[in-house]
Amino acid sequence: MLARQFDALLSAADADGGVDFDGLRVARDDDGGYTFATPEHEATNLSESELHAHADGSPYVTDWYFWEREVQRHDSPRRAFLRHAEAADDHDAAARYDALADGMVTEWGQLRIEATLADAGDGVGSADGSRRYDVRHVDDADRAVEDLETYDDPLDARELAKHDDDGMYRPLKTGTNMPTGWAFHDLNWRDAVETVETLYPATVANWYRERQGRLDIDHWTDTTDRQTGIYGIVSELPREAVEWVAEAACDDSQCVKRREWQYDEGDELAADGGTGAFPCREPCSLVIAAARKWTKLEEEEPREYTFRLTPSEKEQIEGVIDAVADGRVDEIREADVYEDANRYRTRYLRAKLFDDHGNLGGVATEPEDGHGDHED
Amino acid sequence: MSQALVIVAHGSHLNPGSSAPTYDHADTIRAAGAFDEVRTGFWKEEPSLREVLRTCEADEVYVVPMFISEGYFTEQVIPRELRLDGWDVADWDSDGLSADVATYTAEDTGQTVHYCGPVGTHESMTDVLVRRAESVTEDPDVGDGFGFAVVGHGTERNENSAKAIEYHAERVRETGRFEEVQALYMDEEPEVDDVTDYFESEDVVVVPLFVSDGFHTQEDIPEDMGLTDDYRDGYDVPAAVDGHRIWYAGAVGTESLMADVVLERAADAGADVSAAIESVRETTRVAPGADD
Repeated sequence: MLARQFDALLSAADADGGVDFDGLRVARDDDGGYTFATPEHEATNLSESELHAHADGSPYVTDWYFWEREVQRHDSPRRAFLRHAEAADDHDAAARYDALADGMVTEWGQLRIEATLADAGDGVGSADGSRRYDVRHVDDADRAVEDLETYDDPLDARELAKHDDDGMYRPLKTGTNMPTGWAFHDLNWRDAVETVETLYPATVANWYRERQGRLDIDHWTDTTDRQTGIYGIVSELPREAVEWVAEAACDDSQCVKRREWQYDEGDELAADGGTGAFPCREPCSLVIAAARKWTKLEEEEPREYTFRLTPSEKEQIEGVIDAVADGRVDEIREADVYEDANRYRTRYLRAKLFDDHGNLGGVATEPEDGHGDHED
Repeated sequence: MSQALVIVAHGSHLNPGSSAPTYDHADTIRAAGAFDEVRTGFWKEEPSLREVLRTCEADEVYVVPMFISEGYFTEQVIPRELRLDGWDVADWDSDGLSADVATYTAEDTGQTVHYCGPVGTHESMTDVLVRRAESVTEDPDVGDGFGFAVVGHGTERNENSAKAIEYHAERVRETGRFEEVQALYMDEEPEVDDVTDYFESEDVVVVPLFVSDGFHTQEDIPEDMGLTDDYRDGYDVPAAVDGHRIWYAGAVGTESLMADVVLERAADAGADVSAAIESVRETTRVAPGADD
């Protein structure tokens, strides 16, 4: 306990009502003595120096100081998130201090957030109850911090998370392709929250609203009905196709948010919403932009085409679509011709089945054209 | 009462560089310390316009759109997405160039939102265009013997877009600093393709009035002007075209002095940022080459 922490405790004890926080009670009694109470013991009628002796080394005191004099801001998302990160509403300070000594881990999407007590070092650090945080990819859980690219400015996360491990731009921050190999290490509480909010914007705010039972959800129809300009047409997408949108885009394999929006109030989508730690409160801009394309595609009338395929060729086409949809194409080895989406297998299929205009089976897309050059 | 600045911009699902200028200007302003919080929100990136206000704890929020002109985005999309209760474009009382601020309550957060006009139509944007000429020529005194072209998209998408281009071209012209000043467009006459037809001066600085570098400023315009046959091969600055030297500056929005325009917008809306404006000018005032 630092001198300023005891001074703060003393003035809080002297103030109206004293301290009553997370199991710690400190108050000035009518007779002028102090009461110091924790879940483990209670002492009354203490002099100031006796109070100091009780407070010194007590996790309850430095815990009180951390939450009430540093983090402050009751009823704020960031305070709730930090308390969540050490399960502060479930365990008392003594238990948490034991756990924090080893590190308490929270997963948030693909993030692993570890809270610890500040490094013991010369003994002063560990005594003041301040927390330190490490934020990294869950896949890097077991890697030594020295093996990772380390950062200390939360805003660096903007550039860091812009590309996936293959260098491709990530338009969706909550996509499941968060890059690996980095750590925001030894952050204070303020920077820890900022880092999480930079990597996954607004997730803390929406998670907090949900916990309070006041998450404002805009369902599919709410979101599409308010669109204008080139997105105005999205509200015309058939309900059945909205199921496919959710299945395609809002799956745990694609996004770490948990979909809370439905087709409409009281009209739930059958597609699973996922298991993410934080909620998705409306179709995102990526989904709306894709749905614009799908709306146009769904306006087309189906036609009957006749192809002659061997059973294996039909299965190969199905396998290629699966591989692309699941993002497995890059994993398929060059010589693994047993894989449907193997490049040589696919080139063979194209060489055999496509005519000079790129028509599958020589069948024109537009029957009247005689050929169907692909146009987008 | 804490105050926040929120810079809102378009962003992109395809181009990672689209949000970079917005981040840069936000960082400059953040460092000046005039606001308790400085946040960014995007139409196509995150946090979305829909959720950016809830990432601020402040009760009082100044929203500055990183857009070039008044029109669809500033008048319809942004107010709608921010849930400005009772938004009426008439409150801006604008002729397409003069929107400054209108104050509303955000329906979902209850914050007081001072919704500012876009950066592109602010008078101080003219200074940024000129600064861009200084930056690209690495000459803080550039002007003598130089022509200056302000390039806009054109009227196809937004009639006010041309107004902003004309407005700044006229203001640059009034400074008398450059030999000739011309407004050019991608999609209407006079076209940027024919840039050399519009200038007598051998040297011409070309500055697109765009927020960020992307498809138009990095691919279309350099190819249209004949700086390069294929943008992937790059181009020289200056590049020789039809006996002229074209100093192509890229998007004006990437110029660091843009942070000043954002602050001016917030100041015009009543934010107490005078000290920050001084401080930001201090960090953005020097054009490259000025101290060579």
